[in-house]
Amino acid sequence: MFKRRHVLSMRDFSREEIDSVLETAASLEPYAREKSTDLLSGKILALLFFEPSTRTRMSFETAMKRLGGKTINLGSAEASSIAKGESLADTVRVIGEYADALVIRHPKEGSARLAAEFSPVPVLNGGDGAGHHPTQTLLDLYTIKKESHLENLSVALVGDLKYGRTVHSLAYALALYGAEINLVSPPTLRMPEQIRTDLLGKGTRVSETSDLSEVINRVDVLYVTRIQRERFPDPLEYSKVARSYRITPENLTDVKDGLIIMHPLPRVDEISPAVDQTPHAVYFKQSFYGVPVRMALLKMILDGGQDGGLECGGEIRGTSKDRSKDRSGGWSG
Amino acid sequence: MTEKELKVKPIKNGTVIDHIAGGQALNVLKILGIGADADVSLSLLMNVDSKKLGKKDIVKVEDRELKEGEVNKIALIAPGATINIVRDYEVVDKYEVDLPDMIIGVIRCQNPSCISNTQEPIKSRVLVKGKNPVVLRCVYCEQPITENIADYLI
Ligand SMILES: [Zn+2]
Repeated sequence: MFKRRHVLSMRDFSREEIDSVLETAASLEPYAREKSTDLLSGKILALLFFEPSTRTRMSFETAMKRLGGKTINLGSAEASSIAKGESLADTVRVIGEYADALVIRHPKEGSARLAAEFSPVPVLNGGDGAGHHPTQTLLDLYTIKKESHLENLSVALVGDLKYGRTVHSLAYALALYGAEINLVSPPTLRMPEQIRTDLLGKGTRVSETSDLSEVINRVDVLYVTRIQRERFPDPLEYSKVARSYRITPENLTDVKDGLIIMHPLPRVDEISPAVDQTPHAVYFKQSFYGVPVRMALLKMILDGGQDGGLECGGEIRGTSKDRSKDRSGGWSG
Repeated sequence: MTEKELKVKPIKNGTVIDHIAGGQALNVLKILGIGADADVSLSLLMNVDSKKLGKKDIVKVEDRELKEGEVNKIALIAPGATINIVRDYEVVDKYEVDLPDMIIGVIRCQNPSCISNTQEPIKSRVLVKGKNPVVLRCVYCEQPITENIADYLI
C-alpha cells in the first residue's frame, strides 16, 4: 500500500495506513539506535532543503543511513541559489533522476505536492512553509502510542493553535483515533473555527479554554507548542501570555501519573528545564522517534524488491503527466 | 417587479441567465467580459424578489450563446443560476449551472504563500468541497477558498 508512494499530507493517510507506519517503526526501532541494517543498501535519498531545518534533515539522513542507504544533499545555500534561477518543477525533475526518493523542505505551502507532480520518484514532505509536515505528525503519534496510548486518549494541545499547522494535522490524526481534544490557547491564538467544526463533525469531543489549569490534571498528553513573540504587538502582553502557559514542576503536582509532556522542539521557555527531570518529559524521546518513523516510511516506500520499481515508477510518472486527464469531470479554463 | 412582468420583454436570440444570487449580476458581466463599452444589447435586473433566493439578479444577453468556460465560471459565483438559450424567441435549452469536483486554471488560490501563486509551470487546481454555498480547497496548500471568489477568477 506504500510502495513508491508520495508522503505529502496527513490528509492522504487512513487510520489503517497510520497504524501500519507505526507498527513498522516499532519493528525498526532497535536498528535506529545502535544496530544498522542493509535493507536499503544501494538506494539513494536526495535531501532538498530550500530552507534550513537541521533537525529534520539530520533525522532523515540518520534514518536512511541506518537502513544501509545513502544520501545526497543539496545544502540550503545551494538550494536558495537554485531557487532563484530555476523552477522547483525543473529542480525535482533533475534531482529525481539521481535518487530513489526525495525529501523536500520548502518555504512555500503546497510545494511538496507540486514536487510530487514532477518528480519521477517518490517525494516525502519535510515541511512546506506553514503547510504540512506529515513526518512530524507521524512521529508525534508514534510517541503517544509508545509512551502513552492512542485509544481512549485525552490530550491537551497548548500554545499557538492558530498558526501552528502541525497542531492542526495532529488534531485531525488524533480524531481518527477518537481522542478527546482539549484546546488551550490565548484567545487571540485559538484553533481556527473551520478545524474545530471539522473535528466536531467527525464526532470528536473538543473543549476549548484559555486556562491550562482547567485541564492539566485530567489529560494523558500535554502537547506544548511555542507562542511566538511576533504574534503580539505588545511585548508586555507577550511576556504575560508566555508566562501563563509555561510548564513548570509546580503545575505538575496534581497531574495524572502517566501524563506525558510533548513538544516539537526547539523549545524556548515554554517548558522549564526543571521539568526535564520528571518522568513526564518525553520531548527528547519524541525527537529521537523521528528516526524510526522516517525509517519506516523510507522502507515502506523504497523496499520493493527488484521487479516492482519500473511498474510503479510508471504510475508515479503517470500522475504527473496526466494531471488533467485523470480528474474525471474536472474542467479547465 | 414580478416574474410575470419580467417575461414581458423577451429576447429574440441569446442567453438569459436567471436565478443569479442577488448582487452577483455585475460579476457575471465581468466573467462574460462585458464592460461599459461593450457593444451588446443587454438587460440587467438586480435584486428582484425571488421565492427561491429571496433576491435574485437576471442577465439577458442578446445574440450570444455562452461558452462552456463562461458557464463554469458563473457556477462559481452564482451557484444555482439557470441558463436559458433562446433562439427565435423560444427557449431551446435550459439548464442549471453545475460545478465539477475539480477546477483547473480558473481560480487563483487566495493564499499568497501558496506555491501555485509563483512562477512554477502549473495551473491552479482547486477541489470543490461544497457547491451551494461554494467551498473550494486548493490542491496545493489545502487552504479553503470561500469568500470573494469573483476577485480570484483568472
Ligand atoms: Zn493554495
